Amino acid sequence: MEYKDYYKVLGLSKEATQDDIKRVYRKLARKYHPDISKESNAEEQFKEVGEAYEVLKDPEKRAAYDQLGEDLKAQRHSRPPPGGNAGAGRSADFDDFLADLFAQRARAGSRAYQANGEDSYAKVSIDLEDAYHGATRCLTMRTTERGADGRPFLQERTLNIKIPKGVKQGQHIRLQGQGNPGVGGGSAGDLYLEIAFNPHSLYRVEELDVYLELPITPWEAALGGSVKIPTPDGSVDMKIPASSSSGRKLRLKGRGIPAQSPGNFYVTLKVVLPDTLSDKAKALYSELAQERTFNPRAGMGV
Amino acid sequence: MKTSKLEALAGIILEEDALFSLEDLCRTCALPAEELLQMVDEGIIEPLDYQQTTTQWQFAGESVVRVRTVIHLQQDLGVNLAGAALAVELLDEIKALRHNLKPIQ
Repeated sequence: MEYKDYYKVLGLSKEATQDDIKRVYRKLARKYHPDISKESNAEEQFKEVGEAYEVLKDPEKRAAYDQLGEDLKAQRHSRPPPGGNAGAGRSADFDDFLADLFAQRARAGSRAYQANGEDSYAKVSIDLEDAYHGATRCLTMRTTERGADGRPFLQERTLNIKIPKGVKQGQHIRLQGQGNPGVGGGSAGDLYLEIAFNPHSLYRVEELDVYLELPITPWEAALGGSVKIPTPDGSVDMKIPASSSSGRKLRLKGRGIPAQSPGNFYVTLKVVLPDTLSDKAKALYSELAQERTFNPRAGMGV
Repeated sequence: MKTSKLEALAGIILEEDALFSLEDLCRTCALPAEELLQMVDEGIIEPLDYQQTTTQWQFAGESVVRVRTVIHLQQDLGVNLAGAALAVELLDEIKALRHNLKPIQ
């Protein structure tokens, strides 16, 4: 692992007091907390800040870390490392430092010889269509396991997971026993997957309801008729009632996300005109304009 | 890396298909019952039917997520239970508001 400047991570100088460190940590922790922040790299930032604080909050560990920094600086100046091996010696020292830190923590927590594995959490992005039909996703999970010496190491596991039909944004899929393995015969934790929908070019989703904005021609709006519309379940024919204004909302009951009680599919009409009108079209519209029986601005006081 | 064919694992939708007794919640969230009862008192999680005795209580699946968030907030930010309860409620509200925000063109 690369030597990390924990002061830089917290945006502090080496002279910072313990109070400074705590105050800045709390502030950054609130900013990057994965349950609070919606930034995509929040979790990573939060971990980095947490690691820095873990070391700097304890005056003893902080002193050891400062000393390590000094030693590395001295090494760099006194003996130029041979070949391309420049970083290796440095990072090895830093690895040892971190390993000692973790080993201490592991010893502190090793009173119970048996422990259940921790639950794992992950986010999965799916398409709206997947919520209509169900899907399978391949996930690579990294779980932290402890070796015989108490040092943690990362283990990669690939899981193939069924996304059930009818799931909605923000819900969790629970897979029992697929979390972190237990220690000393303890049972494994569970795996929770938080579902997020990828943005869709056509549809907007609210809970179980799905919305589509449908462009229609002025004559379709005026005369009504049947048009083909897309839904995540395939195209369907929909009847537009005669004399429909822009913004009119039509409902296709039960065509939303197919949960136990399925959502609805809503179509909002939007009357559109071509960029240019032909002379014939202009003539026809002028004819329409002769009919002065309709004033949509009546009541506006103009 | 091995490329063995993996069988697809099927889970359940936590918010729809899972109910937890107090004991289940204790185990799932690795918390003693007293702490969960404090969360009930604070209104962070609610049994579906208060009238039943605590051993018969059933909690909706999302309780697991709420308890987990509260534990994290307490551990990571040093807030007390009432503060965590407030944060969770505000977070729910923000989530709902963000959700209803129509994308601005």
